[in-house]
Amino acid sequence: MVCSDRIRRWFVVLMTITWMVWPGTRSVAQTDEKSSTTSREAGLAAWQQVYSVLTYPRCVNCHTATNYPQQGDDRHRHLFNVVRGPGGKGVPGLNCATCHQSANADSTGVPGAHNWHLAPLSMKWQDENDSILSSADVCRSVTNNGLDGPGILRHHEQEPLVLWAFQPGRRRDGTQRSLPPLTHAQFVAATRTWVDAGTPCPQNP
Amino acid sequence: MEKYKLTVNGEMREVTIDPGTPLLWVLREDLKMTGTKYGCGISACGACTVHLAGVATRSCVLPISLVGGRPIVTIEGIGQDRVGRAVQDAWVTEDVVQCGYCQSGQIMSAVALLKSRPKPSDIDIERSMGGNICRCGTYVRIRKAIKAAARQLA
Repeated sequence: MVCSDRIRRWFVVLMTITWMVWPGTRSVAQTDEKSSTTSREAGLAAWQQVYSVLTYPRCVNCHTATNYPQQGDDRHRHLFNVVRGPGGKGVPGLNCATCHQSANADSTGVPGAHNWHLAPLSMKWQDENDSILSSADVCRSVTNNGLDGPGILRHHEQEPLVLWAFQPGRRRDGTQRSLPPLTHAQFVAATRTWVDAGTPCPQNP
Repeated sequence: MEKYKLTVNGEMREVTIDPGTPLLWVLREDLKMTGTKYGCGISACGACTVHLAGVATRSCVLPISLVGGRPIVTIEGIGQDRVGRAVQDAWVTEDVVQCGYCQSGQIMSAVALLKSRPKPSDIDIERSMGGNICRCGTYVRIRKAIKAAARQLA
């Protein structure tokens, strides 16, 4: 009996160590187990980090409230009369794929990633006057769009367009596009903490 | 330099070229297909439009390395297609062209539009053709010709 308890205890210790040193074993599903250990305050602090990325031009340029995408760090209207189109992929003859391919075209300066498209209007992170929505409003938008916590985490970890924002390639003049304020690893870690805390949202002042 | 196998207007072509070279220059300089035009070089005018796996694509900003196995159709080959033939015929009937420089791109975009919207409205035409610029201002005749082609294809 004593021996059996000792073996069980060692097994738990061994699994815990494995989980801590090998991040790959921490699947999205396991985030639920940690929810009881991550406080709402920690979750809200993590959300603010996530928010800082979501509202960076690399992301918000395609999360517009407008009938067109935006471009650049100044978020100007996309040139060339590009419009949103019914599915967020432009219109026949002038689709996103008319210029944006599955990877960055560094020799010509056109950014690209798989399935380049605009986020739906329900995921707009700016208002019609081009002002960034508040942290509370973006949080509500993110949490009320059909993805649960693990789904949001998976989106931030794996979605090609999210990954692109952290490797946005070079402009036509050869200079590097600016990067979000966090690395992708930091962004995913912050998302995980926020999800573990139960995706809490701040209140509007 | 790398070797690329391309399917252009149904024919297999092979080129050895720098991977960053835009498709436009491969077509014009290496394959001597000069129907596709250089206008702005930044995908702003649409003169360089070709079809890549059926999608209207600006060849001036598309590095050859990103073409992959997708078939390319240029203005030289679009007339083999039923919709392409109808658009070209309408262009002649409506006497659309003035200087003509932008027209190969206009036709390629018009064909892409009609393949998705067989009966395009004025707004459909304005939006789909909005990326193709014509300095001669033939826009009214372009719209008329697209509608004529749509009627012929109905």
